[in-house]
Amino acid sequence: MQFAFLLEQVVNGLVLGGYYLLIALGLSLIFSVGGVVNLAHGAFFALGAYVSVEITKYLGFGSAVVLSPIAVAMLGILFERYILRRFYTADPILSLLVTFGLAMVAEQAIRIIWGAPPISAAIPPALRGSVFLGDFLFSRYRLLILAVVIGVLVAVWLLLHKTSFGRVVRAGIQRPDMVAALGIRLQPYMTAIVMLGVGMAALAGAFFAPITIVQPAMGADIITVAFVVVVIGGLGSFWGVVIAALLVGVVRGITIHFEPAAGEASMYVLMFVVLLVRPRGLLGERIEKFE
Amino acid sequence: MTSYSRRTLLKTGAALAGASALGFPAIVRAQATRIKIGHLVPLTGFLGAIGSYAQLGVKLAAEEINQSGGILGKQIDLISEDSVNPATASTKAQRMIEQDGAVVLLGEISSASSLTIMQVAERNKKVFFSTGARSDALRGKNCNRYSFHCDIPNTVMVNAVGTALNQKGMVKGKKFFTLTADYIFGHDLLKAAKTFFDANGATLAGDELIATDVTDFSPYLLKVRQAKPDVVCCNLAGNQVTNLVKQYAEFGFPYPLVGFNLNTGDAWAAGEGNLSGTWPTVWYHTLDNPASKAFVAAFTQKYGKPPENHAWIEYVTLKLLAQAINEIKSTESDALIAHFEKQTEFDIMKARKGYFRSWDHQLVQEAYPFTVKPKAEMKDKWDMLALGDAVPVAAEPLEKIYPTKTQNPCEMKA
Repeated sequence: MQFAFLLEQVVNGLVLGGYYLLIALGLSLIFSVGGVVNLAHGAFFALGAYVSVEITKYLGFGSAVVLSPIAVAMLGILFERYILRRFYTADPILSLLVTFGLAMVAEQAIRIIWGAPPISAAIPPALRGSVFLGDFLFSRYRLLILAVVIGVLVAVWLLLHKTSFGRVVRAGIQRPDMVAALGIRLQPYMTAIVMLGVGMAALAGAFFAPITIVQPAMGADIITVAFVVVVIGGLGSFWGVVIAALLVGVVRGITIHFEPAAGEASMYVLMFVVLLVRPRGLLGERIEKFE
Repeated sequence: MTSYSRRTLLKTGAALAGASALGFPAIVRAQATRIKIGHLVPLTGFLGAIGSYAQLGVKLAAEEINQSGGILGKQIDLISEDSVNPATASTKAQRMIEQDGAVVLLGEISSASSLTIMQVAERNKKVFFSTGARSDALRGKNCNRYSFHCDIPNTVMVNAVGTALNQKGMVKGKKFFTLTADYIFGHDLLKAAKTFFDANGATLAGDELIATDVTDFSPYLLKVRQAKPDVVCCNLAGNQVTNLVKQYAEFGFPYPLVGFNLNTGDAWAAGEGNLSGTWPTVWYHTLDNPASKAFVAAFTQKYGKPPENHAWIEYVTLKLLAQAINEIKSTESDALIAHFEKQTEFDIMKARKGYFRSWDHQLVQEAYPFTVKPKAEMKDKWDMLALGDAVPVAAEPLEKIYPTKTQNPCEMKA
C-alpha cells in the first residue's frame, strides 16, 4: 500500500514537472542560442496568466489558452527586437541586469493595470474533479495539462531536429561564427526562438491561472524554479531540460511524502548534488562560446 | 568577444533569481507634514495581496483625518512601506522611529513580522498597533505593554467556526485532517484547533506543516486522500489559502473543506465555484450598520471596489488612534497606553462596540462564521459570503469567545 502511494506521488511529480518544463525549456533555448539569461521570463508567464483570464471572460477558456500565448509571443517580438538584441554580444552582466529590470517593470505594470490584489480564475466545470486510473487518482485538469505539455514537447523537438529551421538554430548554439560564415543571419532565428520561449511560458501561465493564485508577483516566484531546472538539465540540451524538470517534480513529491518540511528545499539539494557530480548539468553540452 | 565563463554567468543569474524571489520593493509614501505615523504591511510575498487592501484602508483613514483637521491640529504624515519579512520589518520599524520620527506604529498581517515589530516598539517605548496578525502567542506569552492587537486571534476564529460546525454536527466523532502554515501563526492555530477538537470529541487524523512558499498542493492532497478524513481543515494564510481552495476544487474530493482562517481577499481571489465550506471572518462589507455602510461607500467611491477586512481593520485602527490622541491631547506612549487600558469602548462598525482588554491589550469584539453564497444569490462578484450569526450571541459577554486570564499567559512588565 505504501508503495502504491509513493508511486502515486511519483506520477503526480511527473505531471508537475511538465509544468516546470514549459517555462524552463524556453529559458534554456533563449540562453543556449542568444547567451542571455532571461530573468524576465517569469513576467511572460504572469502576463500569459493575466491575459488568459481576461480573454476567458469574453471568449471562454478554450480560446484563452490559445490566444493568450500568441498575444504574449507577439510581445516577445518587441522584447527581442528592441531589448534583447542589443545584448547578445555584450557583457552577460548587462543582459542579466536589463532582464531583471524588465521583470520589475512588468510586475509593476501588472499592478497598475490589474491592481495588486489577485484576480480570480476557475477551471471550466467540465474539467473539474479527479479520475481513477486503476488505483491512481489524477486531477482531470492536470491530465489535460500533461497532454498539452507532451504535444508541445513533441512539436518543439520536431521543430529543432527535423526542420531546416532547427538545424540552423542548433548550429547557432554551437558555432554562431560558422553559421555567419555560411551567410545565414541568426537574428530572425533568434526572434523566432524568443517568441517560442515566451509563448511557452505564457501557455504555462494560461493553464495554471485556474489552479494557482493570479497575482503580480507570480512571475518572480516561478523564475527560480525554472532556473534551477535549466541548471540541473544542462545548457543546450533539449532532453536535459526535460529530464531535469521531471526529476525536480518527482523529487519534490517523494520528499513531501517522507519529509514534508524539506519539500521546497529538495530541488536545491538536487541541484547541488548534480552540480557536484556533473558541473555541466545532466546532459549539458560543451558549448564553446560559454567556456 | 569578451569571454565570461558559464560558471560566472550561472552564479550571477542564480543570485539575481534569488533576489527576485525575495520580492520587488513596493514603497508608497504620503506627503510630508507634521505628525508622523509609521505603517508596515506585507505588500509582496504570500500575504502581499491582502496587504495591498490594508494599505488602501489606512490611506483612506489618513486622508479623512487630514481633511477634518488632522491630529491635534497637525496633518498626519503616513509613512507606509512593505514589511517584506520579519527581519526587514524590524529594521524598518526601528528606522521609522529613529530617523523618520514616527510617534506611533501600526500595521502588519504576518504574525512573525508583527512579533519583531513588537520587540522594536518595546525597546523604543513606542506604541504599536498590530492590526492584522492573529497568532495567540502575540497576545499571550509574547505580549508587551507597548503593543495592542486589533484583529481576532486564532482562538476566536476556531471558536467561531467550531460553533457553526458543531451546530451542523460536523465535529463530534469526526476525523479531521489539517493543513497548517509552517510558521508561528500556523503552529499557534493548530494548537487552538487541537484544543477545540479535544474538547468537542473530534480526532486529528493527520496534519501537514506547509512552508509558506508552497504554491502546488497536489502532493499534500494525495496524502489527504490516503488518510480518508471526514473533514479537511485549512490552517493556512494569505495566497496559500487561495491556492489550496483552487486546487482542492480541482481534485474534487468528497471530504468537505473548512478553515479556521480566511481573509475576504483570499476568498475573492479563489474564483467562481471554487470556495465552499465554513470559515471565520472578522468583518464583511455587507454588515448592516451605519458606520460600516458609510465606510464601504467612501472606500468604494475612492477605489472602485469594496473594502476587504484588512482595509477595515487598518481604517478603524487609525481612526480610533486619532480620536484617542485628540481626546488626551498627547502622543506620549504612557498617556496612550493609560487611555486604552481604561477599556474605553469604540464603534468598530459592528453591532456591538469593541474595547482593548486592559491586561492583554487585545481588541475584544464579535466574530462571524460564514458559508459561501450560491451564485444565484450573489448581488455582485464581491457578495460571496453568507454571514452566520455573530459570536458570541448578544446575551453573552464578548469575552466568552476569548481566552481567559488563566488560559492566556500574558504578563506585562511595567
